[in-house]
Amino acid sequence: MSSVQTGKNMKIDVHHLTRVEGHGNIVVNISNGAIEKCEWQVPESPRFFEAMIRGRHYSEVARVVSRICGICSVGHTLASVKATEAALGIEITPQTRKLRTLLKHAENLDSHIVHVLFLAAPDLLGAPSVFPLVATHGEVVKRALRLKRFGHEWGSLLAGRTTHPTRVVPGGFSELPTTQQLSDLKRRFVTEIVPDLHSILELVLQLAPKFPAFSRQTEFMAVHSDKEYGLYDGVIQTVMPDGVKQKYEVEDYRSCTNEYVDRRSTAKYAKNKMDSYMAGALARFNNNYDQLHPEAKKVAEQLGLKPLCFNPYLNSAAQVVEIVHSAHEGLRLLDELIGAGLKEEPLVKPTKFGAGASVVEVPRGLLFHWYRYNQSYDCEAGDCIIPTNQNHANIQLDFEKLVPELLQAGKTEKEMELALEMLVRAYDPCISCSTHYLDVKFKK
Amino acid sequence: MSATDQKTKAKVAFFDFTSCEGCQIELTNLGEEVFTGLLEHLEFVEFREVMKETAKGPIDISFIEGAFTREQDRKRLEDIRARSKMVIAFGACASTGGITALKNHMPDYSQNVYGADSSAPHLASQKAQPISAAIKVDYAIPGCPIDKDEFVYIVSHLLHGKEPVIPNHPVCVECKMRETVCRYSYGHHCMGLVARAGCGAPCPSDGVPCEACRGFIEHPNQEALTKVMNERGRMTSERAKNKSRMFTATLRGDGA
Repeated sequence: MSSVQTGKNMKIDVHHLTRVEGHGNIVVNISNGAIEKCEWQVPESPRFFEAMIRGRHYSEVARVVSRICGICSVGHTLASVKATEAALGIEITPQTRKLRTLLKHAENLDSHIVHVLFLAAPDLLGAPSVFPLVATHGEVVKRALRLKRFGHEWGSLLAGRTTHPTRVVPGGFSELPTTQQLSDLKRRFVTEIVPDLHSILELVLQLAPKFPAFSRQTEFMAVHSDKEYGLYDGVIQTVMPDGVKQKYEVEDYRSCTNEYVDRRSTAKYAKNKMDSYMAGALARFNNNYDQLHPEAKKVAEQLGLKPLCFNPYLNSAAQVVEIVHSAHEGLRLLDELIGAGLKEEPLVKPTKFGAGASVVEVPRGLLFHWYRYNQSYDCEAGDCIIPTNQNHANIQLDFEKLVPELLQAGKTEKEMELALEMLVRAYDPCISCSTHYLDVKFKK
Repeated sequence: MSATDQKTKAKVAFFDFTSCEGCQIELTNLGEEVFTGLLEHLEFVEFREVMKETAKGPIDISFIEGAFTREQDRKRLEDIRARSKMVIAFGACASTGGITALKNHMPDYSQNVYGADSSAPHLASQKAQPISAAIKVDYAIPGCPIDKDEFVYIVSHLLHGKEPVIPNHPVCVECKMRETVCRYSYGHHCMGLVARAGCGAPCPSDGVPCEACRGFIEHPNQEALTKVMNERGRMTSERAKNKSRMFTATLRGDGA
């Protein structure tokens, strides 16, 4: 690893990084200016979901794997039912597809609100957590809580609930909202959410100059659809630092994720053409910028965010852009659904058995599920590749570029620790998903 | 709020072990009114998922999410116990092992997921157990996820020095109360007849079976459950026998 002759000694040892979902450690040892160790470690306790779904009936699998993650359980449920439907030859109706896309927007807004306002913003406001902000920024915290609750209610109206959905099942929805409920939701969008969002955006724009400057060229992977900004449907796409894009079929997901076990992590690592790639809001933004809603593009411009952006700290800014996109797209889809009226539809039944794969964009990036079913529709094998796992190697390589730069810039141990913590938080890691990760350790 | 208020507030902390952290996320869904109301009575002193601050002194109530699945976690649990006046198992995984115990009857779970790497020491994992297998637990809040209204109910009772009551009647009672048509009337299956109520029975009303995520009522008749799912729920005997592993693996008669 590179050595910068500053004669400095540092030992950063962040055990169980705070304000992230799950457990991770950051360890950096600098001795006489030489970087001896600089690691992103994932000690999360493994849970073995792929083993646990063996023998479960196809109607139960999504409810087991949604428990992989409490924050993205909507995403896991959607990826699961899509893979099951692919494996069993179930063709969902256009109404189901539209409702699930609307649900995807709800999850994106809901999760991004938590990350940007509750987990990332305290660093930019110089607070250790959101709790001291109740006294200093009370109105903002209240608005943030209202927006979070709205995201939850929006998702729950479609999915039954947002933490471990009930209504999203293979073949469709086991229960639908009423058209009246959709109209009520739309009214609240206009009267409550738009004003709250505007006020939050003002705050984010004030804080934007505080995002640290850093740049490292990497590969970005995201779902791409010809019809819309890819979230629920599409193929896999990567964009390289020179702007060249390449598409991959969902069935070939293993050839572009190439998972491997690293001694630093209970979660698996992934790579495609380069030594690592990034998934998540910034990767989607870099791949699919043209398809963003005009209002979202306007916010991106205000935030100074342009594709291709190589600063991972700005993943939080890309999430803000997506909050605006999902709010506007959500409203548009609601209008269409209310206009057409919701129809009761029986669940579509299996037409074959075998194996099938799926991909959806969850808040933190691409989520792949794959299952194989036997003729009784019992699951024989499964594979889940989680976005945070795909980002572990990219975080590690960011560390390896960032630490020498910070050392060269004469940063103190405390400043370096905060910079590394903020970097990991910017990825919005979901370590329970990946299994559980983050510790910063500096060894003298 | 004044400094004196801060002294009289109950100091609460949240900790997580082997889990999805979904029960903690449910707290963020309480909304502005309830959450800021809670902050008038509670001081959050440690909560890794949302705070950098850690508790300096004793904790009044520690909520622990997640199952006990690694011997190396025992010391951390004992440390939390020593720092806390009261420990509450927060959600199904901490209360019973929950979904994480679904691997307990499989001898090859690690091999299946990690293949040749499964013997690596950092991937070690034992059978999933409730945290009460490692430390004394004062109360358990069931559910996957917890019911956030029940959380507020329990906290408010404890703050008033009253004993919170976790229902010990089956989910069937709550379906009747909200006039949900029985899943068996559709020829489907359901575990509501032996599952612990208190959730308001959302699943059957959403068109999916109750899978007993809150655990069993006391003295469940498991043989009858299997028989009913087999005869009236159109399930094969094998699937009927296996069904109760989903959230209640550690509560089955066979313990796995």
